[in-house]
Amino acid sequence: MAQSLAKEFTKGLWAEIPPFRLVLGLCPTLAVTKSVENGIGMGLATTFVLVFSNLLISLLRNVIPTKVRIACYIVIIATFVTIVELVMQAFTYPLFLKLGIFIPLIVVNCIVLGRAEAFASKNNPVLAVADGLGIGIGFTLSLASLGAVREILGAGTITIWGGNPVFDITTWYQPFTYMVEAPGAFAALGLMLAGMNLISKK
Amino acid sequence: MREMLSMIVVLTLLASVSGGLLAAVKSGTELRIEEQILKFQKAPAIESLFSNVTNDPLKERFNLETEDASIQIFPGKMADGSMAVAFETLGKGGYGGDIGLMVAISLDKDSLVGARVTTHAETPGLGSRAKDDLQFVSQFNDKTMDTNLALKADNGTIDAMSGATVTSRAVTRAAIQAQTLYKNLKPEIIKQIQ
Repeated sequence: MAQSLAKEFTKGLWAEIPPFRLVLGLCPTLAVTKSVENGIGMGLATTFVLVFSNLLISLLRNVIPTKVRIACYIVIIATFVTIVELVMQAFTYPLFLKLGIFIPLIVVNCIVLGRAEAFASKNNPVLAVADGLGIGIGFTLSLASLGAVREILGAGTITIWGGNPVFDITTWYQPFTYMVEAPGAFAALGLMLAGMNLISKK
Repeated sequence: MREMLSMIVVLTLLASVSGGLLAAVKSGTELRIEEQILKFQKAPAIESLFSNVTNDPLKERFNLETEDASIQIFPGKMADGSMAVAFETLGKGGYGGDIGLMVAISLDKDSLVGARVTTHAETPGLGSRAKDDLQFVSQFNDKTMDTNLALKADNGTIDAMSGATVTSRAVTRAAIQAQTLYKNLKPEIIKQIQ
């Protein structure tokens, strides 16, 4: 039990890390990773939704009729997404403004629905939470590192939670804004995916 | 039959519980969200419109009741001693829902001091220019209450932003609404300020 628990948790961190291994949820990945801060915010919001929707769907897996399961999953996921949206508005308003439309779009994020359908609906609540947490943290790490690559190349700085940049190479580096524009997201994602494939091949 | 019944019961229960939960969270966060909107959306717009007022429009705000809503009014004492008020209207039918427009109107001249977009969910880079690029909203500066503030395409006086006509039109709707609202509320506003 403990072993499979650890396995379900850690698979999300490398073996099935989204969006690199589990190539799902590319819309928020490409759109919001202009900066580390946005990536972390989006990742944490998705993690919250993943953990709680996985938990609830796993608890209700014997109650939900098969024919309307997708509708039920969507109701559950949409509820948690709306909660995240309201809480973000109340407590981290500037971040909410930056992420904007991509918060409500977590409802249709394939990672969340994918985990519900492929994992939570077939496993017990403890495993489902471990799975959600692992995938969620993996997603957060991916978005943060993608955000870091794009922010460093595109802006030359890293700024977290306002204030002064914690990292600044603009003294000797000329940033190119291409990386923080939409096409830069594809380039950065592709290169990171290639890098990951190279490492895991050995 | 049994299967159908269970589908209906489960979905109904799930939807009702979710609805109840959301209502609770909504009412729990409502006040705080209002505060945050005031701090991060309205305050910057007001500061930008009333850059040289001698009072604190945010502190001196008051509410006026109209037939269907309560409107927050921010009074500003301009440097030359004249009075102006700022309030927010919603322009229906933007690309991503309603667009909030903070409009400042001079009470002495009956003309617009300016307008700033506050809340919106428009496409980044296109409609969002209504907020980020002041060129579009600066067209409202010094317009009188009788000016037709519709888009030129709608026989008005305002140039639409290229590539963002829907957004531009929603903003002008908000401005026109502000004109009507101001005409109706002016006596009340003057009474409140004195």
